Amino acid sequence: MSFTTVDYGTMVMLLILVVASLAMYFIKDLLHAVIVYGAYTLIMALVWLQMNTPDIAITEAAAGIAMTVLMMVAIYRTSRREE
Amino acid sequence: MRDFVLKRVAALLLPFIQMYGLYVIFHGHVSPGGSFAGGIVVGLAFIAFATIYGLERGRAKVPEKATTLVESYGTLWYGLMGMIGIFKGAPFLANKLAGIDLGELGALSSGGLISLIGLGVGIRVASTMVALFFTMMEDES
Amino acid sequence: MIILLITLLATHVVLLAVAELPPYGMSGNPSYNQVAQRYIENAREDTGVLNVITAIVLDYRAYDTMFETIVLFTAVLAVIITLKTTEGEGGGT
Repeated sequence: MSFTTVDYGTMVMLLILVVASLAMYFIKDLLHAVIVYGAYTLIMALVWLQMNTPDIAITEAAAGIAMTVLMMVAIYRTSRREE
Repeated sequence: MRDFVLKRVAALLLPFIQMYGLYVIFHGHVSPGGSFAGGIVVGLAFIAFATIYGLERGRAKVPEKATTLVESYGTLWYGLMGMIGIFKGAPFLANKLAGIDLGELGALSSGGLISLIGLGVGIRVASTMVALFFTMMEDES
Repeated sequence: MIILLITLLATHVVLLAVAELPPYGMSGNPSYNQVAQRYIENAREDTGVLNVITAIVLDYRAYDTMFETIVLFTAVLAVIITLKTTEGEGGGT
């Protein structure tokens, strides 16, 4: 059985995913965390595309942006953070 | 939020975004994509319009009665498509077994009930997104 | 401190399990059994659509998608009940 080696681009994308996930935990400002989540979902869509699943890539991009928008709305409605 | 450049760019881009969402819904059975992703894109176009041009003008585009109707009758539409199978003497939600013409492979009209069901689900998801957004944004007076 | 140790231990176990997984996309993986093969071979004759994923979601597994739309309906219903304050007729809260 031959192994498919993960190429350099995929390695960088997976590394960005890990860093973004950790950043979302450590960032205190909710709005900044949501922005990092938007970047995370874009990279995740690229990873799905690299796995030859364009269906899931489109759904991931659309649903990720939708979740970002809804979370931004929730923060806008509830947050007490000062500008 | 009431920026001039933002309004012009949105006026240029939003029709194409919505067109792309409808394309993804309608071509869900011949190309990648599907009703869920396309519906979310169509809903996001309405949400972007309401965010940029103000909630009142967005609400004028999508009245509350419309989202209520689509929300309530979307699943019923799915069930109605399934009942066609029963009326033709086949199981619920049957497509080929019910004797429906499947059409030419790869054409837009192929697939029998699949494109109709996908259209219903797409509009459903779009109205879900819009209803969630407006419910969360509107003031509780 | 003990929580950090537990987390590191769990991460180590997960990474050990992931290292044993077969590479994705190989045709010899255990997830590609006769079910997937049957769908790939028969989807065009059975449903008449080119996109096999749509054929599975909207034809073979149509019940699943139907109840997914009911889940969407329930979610919107819950949000509206929780957040919407009605005025006028209907005796809202």
